[in-house]
Amino acid sequence: MSALSPPPDRLWWKQPLDRVEGTWIAIAFIWCMVMFFMMPFWHVFGKQNLANEAYRTTPEMFQAKTQAMVDKYKIREETDLKIPVVAPPPGSDVYLIARLWQWWPMIELEEGKTYRLHLASMDWLHGFSLQPENINIQVHPGYEHIMTVTPNRVGTYSIICNEYCGINHHTMASRLYVVKAK
Amino acid sequence: MMAVNRMFRTCPSTGLVYHEPAEKLIRWNAVAGVVSLLVGGILALLVTLTRWPAVHLLPPDWFYLVLTAHGLNMLVFWIIFFEIAVLYFAASVLLKCRLATPKMAWAGFWLMIVGALVNNVAVFRGDSSVMFTSYAPMGAHPAFYLGLILFAVGALVACFVFFGTLVVAKSEGTYNGSVPLVTFGAVTAAIIAVFTIASGAIILIPTFLWSIGLVDHIDSLMYRTVWWAFGHSSQQINVAAHVSVWYAIAAVVFGAKPLSEKVSRTAFFLYICFLQLASAHHLLADPGLTSNWKIFNTSYAMYLAVLASMVHGLTVPGAIEVAQREKGYNRGLFEWLRKAPWSNPSFSAMFMSLIGFGFLGGISGVMMGTEQLNLIIHNTIYVPGHFHATVVIGTTLAFMGLTYFLIPTLFRRELMFPGMAKWQPYFFGIGMMGFSLFMMGAGTLGVPRRHWDMGFAGNPLAHEFPGTAYLMMGIMAISGILAVVGGGMYLLITVGSVFLGKKIETPGFKHVKANDGRAPAPGPQPVVAAGGAHAGIGTAGFIAPGTFVLALVFLTAFVLYYFINWKYLSTVWPLS
Repeated sequence: MSALSPPPDRLWWKQPLDRVEGTWIAIAFIWCMVMFFMMPFWHVFGKQNLANEAYRTTPEMFQAKTQAMVDKYKIREETDLKIPVVAPPPGSDVYLIARLWQWWPMIELEEGKTYRLHLASMDWLHGFSLQPENINIQVHPGYEHIMTVTPNRVGTYSIICNEYCGINHHTMASRLYVVKAK
Repeated sequence: MMAVNRMFRTCPSTGLVYHEPAEKLIRWNAVAGVVSLLVGGILALLVTLTRWPAVHLLPPDWFYLVLTAHGLNMLVFWIIFFEIAVLYFAASVLLKCRLATPKMAWAGFWLMIVGALVNNVAVFRGDSSVMFTSYAPMGAHPAFYLGLILFAVGALVACFVFFGTLVVAKSEGTYNGSVPLVTFGAVTAAIIAVFTIASGAIILIPTFLWSIGLVDHIDSLMYRTVWWAFGHSSQQINVAAHVSVWYAIAAVVFGAKPLSEKVSRTAFFLYICFLQLASAHHLLADPGLTSNWKIFNTSYAMYLAVLASMVHGLTVPGAIEVAQREKGYNRGLFEWLRKAPWSNPSFSAMFMSLIGFGFLGGISGVMMGTEQLNLIIHNTIYVPGHFHATVVIGTTLAFMGLTYFLIPTLFRRELMFPGMAKWQPYFFGIGMMGFSLFMMGAGTLGVPRRHWDMGFAGNPLAHEFPGTAYLMMGIMAISGILAVVGGGMYLLITVGSVFLGKKIETPGFKHVKANDGRAPAPGPQPVVAAGGAHAGIGTAGFIAPGTFVLALVFLTAFVLYYFINWKYLSTVWPLS
């Protein structure tokens, strides 16, 4: 029962490596390096990278900016709650509030155009989960996270919350529309 | 001469030497662990039946409560109690040494018991359904944090009793040379545990003060960053512990020797250096951290801890293969595996733990721990799919395998229901494999974790998941029930054996004198010529060719799955 008792050879660190181990360590190490360098590689050559741009904010500041956008670009309201749908022009700043238990407002984007999406929570942690695209981003209170997004397919998308946020977490869902470029 | 504190007995069948105060502590910690497993298991069934869309058992408030309690009882209480038992075993029993300060160890044990109870009471009161992670600014009852803090302090005491025992063993000369490999692995686990508990204190103490109003703000990003240094690292204790258990079971069942002490110990040392960086896995989709920070940490520097796991994944079955070949099962690539004792539950549990941890838990973990790939996985039910493969198949199943070895030697009882015991690891292991796999499948379709209703009933803006997602959640639940049955079998066998099993009497039992607790003076060392030790087995200069082929199969699966996910990522919305 050798793994349960002290090594019989007191100078165990001088025992030569067996070939099966040496070969496997070399292969595994190369694979580890490949995986490591894939990440910086994708930052340079890939198109899907999460932005590092973020600022501290407060619920009041973020609410004010979002409200200004809604006032300017509202095109209609949906559901009994009269949630505004906004269609900001391509290239502009788009604000999305996460709060218990709602995403606000609803957004309409144009296919193939790029937008600066701002995410922040008003209260607890939330999870921005764009379906069926399956892009998932953590939304914090007190942090405004800004990323550029380029919707590449027309359609009606859902934004659901996938960070547990209390008793009505499972009711927190909204829409995002992507329409043909005008 | 310190003759007082020495009460040893020798187990007649294994030759292990037990210090009685240590033995009692090992038993009580193991029993406390198994009780937590029972509680967590019942809750697991309730969670599974609620997430099965066709059954949808509990109302939402109960679901979130039960899910919180399930996470804590399984991930914290069951595993850490059992790990303390493993630590004491690895120090006191394997080094044939008296346990340092048994009274302190008992104080630690009772602190852990009180902490676990306080925390459970807080959760079952109903105002602390904050999940295992208790992310601020969502607040729980102060008792929730207090219970966890008490439990952690108790576990820390136990770690220091473990370290103290190592010091005693060294100074009293109870062993020659270096500590056994399994003890070395346990040292790794204990060092990681100290780091983990310190991180837990750094975050939970301020959060406790916040919950009683003495601190006015807890930053959510700070909380997640520090909390995960506790939350993820505690899973790394498990990795170090269950890898040690793999080596132990290979030694017990096959008399397997490590292929090389140097390689296995270096791999454990890599765990100590790099494993804790992985708390970054949870922060890849968060604002406020740079990509440089994320890449360095999420890859454990440069995947050096993954390298260590890949090494253990080769050396454990490799050691078994060599032991089997030396016994004469030397034909072809896989005779050693075909002729392995598949009806010995210690072995079958250990081997499924190894395969499940590597293929399901390991590959999925590295994939979703990649900075960009995390975007298409974060917080979906893929994540619990992954960690049920690592923690349940990896750790829990390995601990189950160890239990079958411990019942006769530690509890001195014959195993009850030996026929059922043969099947138990298969029910549990195969059930959990299906459970993890289909959870991951549903996660790739976007189904969120910790979510009561994937149908969003009552919301006019409900998202409609594809039928496949519902199907996968159904198969997941059925597999989960199979695993719960396997877990129930385990509890029946262990509880039955420990309390009602036939006692194993030791003929001529007597306590050992102080001097007998010392190691004999080392004899002359055998000269081992390089390569001479394993002459005549294996092929092409490889002593464990079958294991090497299995490792290449693993690598192929790993590479394919990794790049399939990059391919999928490249099709989603461009994002920068």
